Amino acid sequence: MENLYLAIPLASLFGAIVAGFFSAQIGRKGAHSVTILGVGISFILSLVALNHHVFNDAAAYNDSVYVWMVSDNIRFEVGFLIDNLTVMMMSVVTGVSLMVHIYTIGYMEDDLHNWPKESLAGTNSYQRFFSYISLFTFSMLMLVMSNNFMQLFFGWEAVGLVSYLLIGFWSVRPTAVYANLKAFLVNRVGDFGFILGIAAVVMYAGSLDYYEVFAQAEAMSEQSMSIFSGHEWSVISVICILLFVGAMGKSAQIPLHVWLPDSMEGPTPISALIHAATMVTAGIFMVTRMSPLYEWSDAALSFIIIIGSLTAFLMGLVGIVQNDIKRVVAYSTLSQLGYMTVALGASAYSAAVFHLMTHAFFKALLFLAAGSVIIAMHHEQDIRKMGGLKKYLPITYWTSLIGSLALIGFPGFSGFFSKDAIIEAVHHSTIPGHEFAYMAVLSGVFITAFYSFRMFFLVFHGEERMDKHTKEHLHEPGWVVKGPLIALAVPSVFIGGFTIGDMLFGDYFGSAVYIAENHTGLAEVGKHFHGAWAFVEHAFAGPAIYLAALGVFSAWFIYMKQPEIAENTKRRFIVIYNLLDRKYYFDDFNSIVFGGGSRNLGDRLWKVGDVMFIDGLLVNGSARLVGWFAGVTRRLQTGMLYHYAFAMIIGVLMLFAIGLVV
Amino acid sequence: MIGLTSYLTLGAILFAISVAGIFLNRKNIVVLLMCIELMLLAANINFVAFSYYLNDLSGQVFVFFILTVAAAEAAIGLAILVTLFRSRHTIDVEELDSLKG
Repeated sequence: MENLYLAIPLASLFGAIVAGFFSAQIGRKGAHSVTILGVGISFILSLVALNHHVFNDAAAYNDSVYVWMVSDNIRFEVGFLIDNLTVMMMSVVTGVSLMVHIYTIGYMEDDLHNWPKESLAGTNSYQRFFSYISLFTFSMLMLVMSNNFMQLFFGWEAVGLVSYLLIGFWSVRPTAVYANLKAFLVNRVGDFGFILGIAAVVMYAGSLDYYEVFAQAEAMSEQSMSIFSGHEWSVISVICILLFVGAMGKSAQIPLHVWLPDSMEGPTPISALIHAATMVTAGIFMVTRMSPLYEWSDAALSFIIIIGSLTAFLMGLVGIVQNDIKRVVAYSTLSQLGYMTVALGASAYSAAVFHLMTHAFFKALLFLAAGSVIIAMHHEQDIRKMGGLKKYLPITYWTSLIGSLALIGFPGFSGFFSKDAIIEAVHHSTIPGHEFAYMAVLSGVFITAFYSFRMFFLVFHGEERMDKHTKEHLHEPGWVVKGPLIALAVPSVFIGGFTIGDMLFGDYFGSAVYIAENHTGLAEVGKHFHGAWAFVEHAFAGPAIYLAALGVFSAWFIYMKQPEIAENTKRRFIVIYNLLDRKYYFDDFNSIVFGGGSRNLGDRLWKVGDVMFIDGLLVNGSARLVGWFAGVTRRLQTGMLYHYAFAMIIGVLMLFAIGLVV
Repeated sequence: MIGLTSYLTLGAILFAISVAGIFLNRKNIVVLLMCIELMLLAANINFVAFSYYLNDLSGQVFVFFILTVAAAEAAIGLAILVTLFRSRHTIDVEELDSLKG
C-alpha cells in the first residue's frame, strides 16, 4: 500500500507542476485536463485507501518513506500515518477539490476580463490558477497524511502559502493584495505559536514522531516548566495551548479570525475549497490528531472551548449585517469553525471531525452556489441588488436551499446530525466553561438560521432589485458549474445520517482519537443513541430545532413581509449595528495597535537609529569631525611669510636641542 | 692674528641680523631676498673660516658653488618678484597671504 499512499499526494503535485511550469505549452485545455486528472487519481486512490481501512479493517499504517536527516537523535523524515481519521480527511479533501476543479473551468472561463490588457500577471492566469489549486491539494494531503510534526508543519505552511497566492490571485487589485498580506501576517502570528509548540514537543519528548510523542504524553503531564521565573506551568498545557494558537490562526478563531472574511477577495472556487471546506479545517484536524496530548490538559481544553464558543457566537452575529453574498457565507464559516472548536474543547473530537466533514460538503456547496449567482449577476456581490433569482437560476436555487437547510441543521440533513451532536456533547461535558459554550452554541443555532435565510430570501425571493442590463442577461451557468453543485448537494443531504452511527458512536476512529475516561460528554450522548432516525426524533425534544425554525421564520418575516422592521431596528440600535458592522472593531484595533504600533516603531528606528545614529553620528559625524579638525588647524596657516620662516627657525632650533640632549 | 672664534662670531652675527631682518621686515619683499642672501653669506664665512682653520680647500670650493647658486637664486627670485608685482601690483609682504587657510 505504501506506493499507493505515496501516489496520492504526488498525483496532485504532478498536475500542479505541469500546469504551472508548462502553462504556455499545454494551453488552457491541457492545464485543466492534467490537474483534474491528477486530483481525480488522488481522489480515486483515496477512496481505495478508505475502502482498505474502513471496510476491510486494515490496521493503521505508520511508516516513514524518506529520512531527510538525523540530528541529535531526532529524525526528520517524510512519513505517512494512515488510519480511519486520515482516510476520511483525504477523501473529503480530494473529493471537494475535484468538484472545485471542475467548477473552476466555468468560473474562470473569462478570467481575461479581470486583468488589464497585455498585463504580464494576466498571461496564462487560467493555467496558473489550476496549478495553485492542485498545489493546494498536494499540501493539504501532506498535512493530513503526515506521521510527524515536521511534515505537519511543512503542509501547514504550504497551505498557508497557497492560500496567500490565491487570495491575491488578482494581483492588480489593491484590495486583493491587502487581503493576502493580511492573511499571511495573521497566519504568521498563529504559526509562531505553532512552531513554539513543536519546539516544546521536541524539547520535552525528544522526538517528532506522533506515536513516540503520544507515548510520552502522560510523563509530560507530570512535568512542569517555568517560562517566567517563579511561575510553574504544566508542560502539556503549554504545548497544547501553543499548538492550538497555530490552529487559531489556520482555523480562524478569535482573535486571529480577521483574515478569513477578507480572503473573500480571491476567486470564489478557492473560497469554497480553501476558506470553507479544507484548509481552515487543518486546525480542527490537527487538534483531533493530537487528542492523546490534549486529553491530558484540562486547561487547554477549557481555553479551546471558550475561544470556540466566542467565535461561534460573535461571528454569527456579524453575519447578520453583512451585505456581500460571499462575506455572509464567510462569517457563517467562522461561526461553524467555532462549533467545531467547541466540540474539540468538549473532548468530542469525533463530533468535531464529523461536523468538519458535513460542513465541507454543504459549505463548499453554498460557496459554489454563491459563485454561480455571482457569475449570473455579472460579478455583482451585493445581496441588496439581487432578489427574485429563483426563476432564473432554478438549480442554484434548489441546491442553495439544500445547503442552507444543512447549515442551519434541518432535521435529517447532514448538518443537523453533526451540529446537534456537538450541542448535545457540550451539554453533557464537564470541562470548565461548558455552560457558557452551551449557551453560545445554542443561541448560535438561531443566529445561523437567521442570517442564512436572510441571505437566501434576499437573493432568491422578493422583488427583483437588479438593474435592467443585468436582468436581460440572467441565465444559469453551464454544466461545469451545475454539475458540482448537484454532486455536492447529495452528500450535504445524506452523508450525515449514513455515517453518524459509526463515526460518532461506533468505533470508527478506533485508536486515532483518544478520550480520557473522565471526559464523558460524547459518551453520554452515545448512551441515548439508537440509530439516525431516533436521533432525529429525539431532536424534537430539545430546544435547538425550534430555535432554528424561529430563525428562519424571523428572517422571512423581517426581510420578506415587513422590510421596514430591519430598518427600524437598525436605526434604534445603531450602536450595536455599528459594532457588528465594524466587526467588533477588531480590524481597527489591529490596524491602530499592531499596524500603527509597528509603523511607530519603524518610525522611531528610522529617526533614531538610521537618521540620528548611523547617518548623523557615524557617517556625517566622522565627516564633521574631520571638518572641525581642519577648521582648527587652518588657523596655523596665516599666509604670512615670516610666520613660516619663524616655524622653520623654531624647527631647526628644536632639532639642535634634540641633538644636544641626545 | 684673528682667531676662528671671531670669524664664527661674525658669521653668527650676520645670520642673526638676516633672521631679524626677515622677522622685522613686514613691508618690502626685496629686503627679504637681501636677508636670504645675507644668510648664505654668513654660511659662506663659516665655510671659509673652517677651511682656513682646518687647511682644507674643499670648503672654499663649496663657497664658490654657493655663490653661484645664490646668484642664480637671486635672478630667479627677482624674476618671480617682477611677475608677482605685475599680477598683484604690490610687493607688500603683509598683503601677500594667499596661503592663508
